[in-house]
Amino acid sequence: MAPMTPKSEPAATFPVIRNIGLDGMLVTFSDMLGEPSNRAALAFHAALERAGWDQIGETSTSLASAFVRFDPLHLSHADLRARLTELLHARDWYRADLPPGRRLWRVPCVYGTDLAPQLAEAADAAGMSEAQAIDCLGAARVRVLAIGFAPGQPYLGPLGPEWNLPRLKALQQVPAGALVQAISQFVLFTAPAPTGWRHVGQTGFRCFRPDQPVPIPLTPGDELVFEPVSRADLIRIQDRDETGAGGATSQGIDQ
Amino acid sequence: MTGLVVHRIGPIASLQDLGRPGFLKQGLSCGGAADRQALAEGAALLAQDARLAALEMAGTGGEFEALGDMRIALSGAPMHAMIDGTPVAWNASHGLQAGQRLTIGAARTGVYGYLHLGGGIAAAEFLGSRSAHLLAGIGGMIQVGDWLTAGADQGGAAGLVLEVADRFRGGTVRVVPSVQTDLFAGDVLQRFQDTGFTRGPRANRMGIEMLSDGDGFTASGQLNILSEMIVPGDIQMTGDGAPYVLLPECQTTGGYPRIATVIPCDLAIVAQTPAGAPIRFEFVTLEQALTAQAQHEARLAGLKNACRSLIRDVADIGDLLSYQLVDGAISAHWDKEDDT
Repeated sequence: MAPMTPKSEPAATFPVIRNIGLDGMLVTFSDMLGEPSNRAALAFHAALERAGWDQIGETSTSLASAFVRFDPLHLSHADLRARLTELLHARDWYRADLPPGRRLWRVPCVYGTDLAPQLAEAADAAGMSEAQAIDCLGAARVRVLAIGFAPGQPYLGPLGPEWNLPRLKALQQVPAGALVQAISQFVLFTAPAPTGWRHVGQTGFRCFRPDQPVPIPLTPGDELVFEPVSRADLIRIQDRDETGAGGATSQGIDQ
Repeated sequence: MTGLVVHRIGPIASLQDLGRPGFLKQGLSCGGAADRQALAEGAALLAQDARLAALEMAGTGGEFEALGDMRIALSGAPMHAMIDGTPVAWNASHGLQAGQRLTIGAARTGVYGYLHLGGGIAAAEFLGSRSAHLLAGIGGMIQVGDWLTAGADQGGAAGLVLEVADRFRGGTVRVVPSVQTDLFAGDVLQRFQDTGFTRGPRANRMGIEMLSDGDGFTASGQLNILSEMIVPGDIQMTGDGAPYVLLPECQTTGGYPRIATVIPCDLAIVAQTPAGAPIRFEFVTLEQALTAQAQHEARLAGLKNACRSLIRDVADIGDLLSYQLVDGAISAHWDKEDDT
């Protein structure tokens, strides 16, 4: 059943169900990031939500796992494990459709300049010119693989293997809305933070908008394109931005 | 309308309730009171819902003036408390009259003290909770001049007291294995269990650093671990192998390996361990952990019935020796707990 064969940690075969803490269970589809394992995690999570089992507190996803928090005094670990096992065997989750209701976002982004000073270095590491890097990153349609660390903060990917760049040892402070890149992924920062990922783009997109009717706009499975704009354009967008959208538009993704 | 106006306040005081579960998949951790047991105790003392918001005060309290007649309760880390200059009991409820001043000083031990109002503290909810979530930038610290407005008090007694087992000096907390425990070699796990830690100075509502002599605790493949779900109580090993115990306001996912998870009913002990106090971690089986958790939840459910009358606050009684003390009016435990 498992087409993703992990190359490390030979002890585990995937998918695997494990306890996490006293009141959590984790269904992990791989120990490495890959499109099929992320697809499996998102699809399995959607199936969990549809199932609506009693005594489930909440569910979530990480890059390659689906998570269940439950009340272990009213639903035994053995019973939950049995239910999860049954659901796992119901189909090949690595080839499942992604959940419905996903959105495609187009987010204006300045690549390079003083707003995103590590584009040149990243382009160099990826073996291309800055202009080629902007063409490549600006055309990439990436998936929200998971949301985590900070509210609404997406891990986005996968980017091509040329972008499988290691994290930097030295941490840099980046502002909210920073588009940073490493290990074939982007992260779009919710809040100012130190990071070892390279700061390649800058957006006005606020991932967490506590003052808005929809405080967290992105959902795992959504897709994003960071469309290149000039520095002057982004500043103009931000000057008249009242919602935190940073000029982004979105539309439903047809199944 | 009644409530308290804040005349003086410690640097880290915020409104907290049981947090906002349900937003993990959007990257927002539950947050809420660092010591959830203290919320339950305060609610029991006021015979009200444990989901109401209270003021969480780290290390020290503040000075508050009653805007009207009201009930209050004090729980969590025992702090020096006075009403109009007269010492009052901790782990107890009290009546306040309009204009009276409540002062709450430094914690005698522990970290987080809680001030509860009859009817709870009214504030706008965000995603179903009044908790400040400092990491997410939701809400903020309480400031001088703020009003803590009381919600509608269903009424009831004041002057109740609870006997509370001491969870404010560190000690041994129980842990269960978690998803990354296997990444640690057997001798590292054994050394982790055998090590006496002290709570380090780096601590906040997200997590608490544990210090020890000797080597750190590192996992195999530490730098190549895929970022994974975090649950409160996880003991995360940072780059240098120093453990951090993560609290309810922690990040939702992370790439540092976690050696074990503190079981929920023992997490308040970690949160309340003062800087420099000792702490040890003991692996227990899932069955042992579930039994402990069930006993804990049964105790919380029984808190309301465990409240007893203070009769009169001894501290209010000018000449104690002239009174015929009713049997049980002052418990030995209360006397020990509150040496005012």
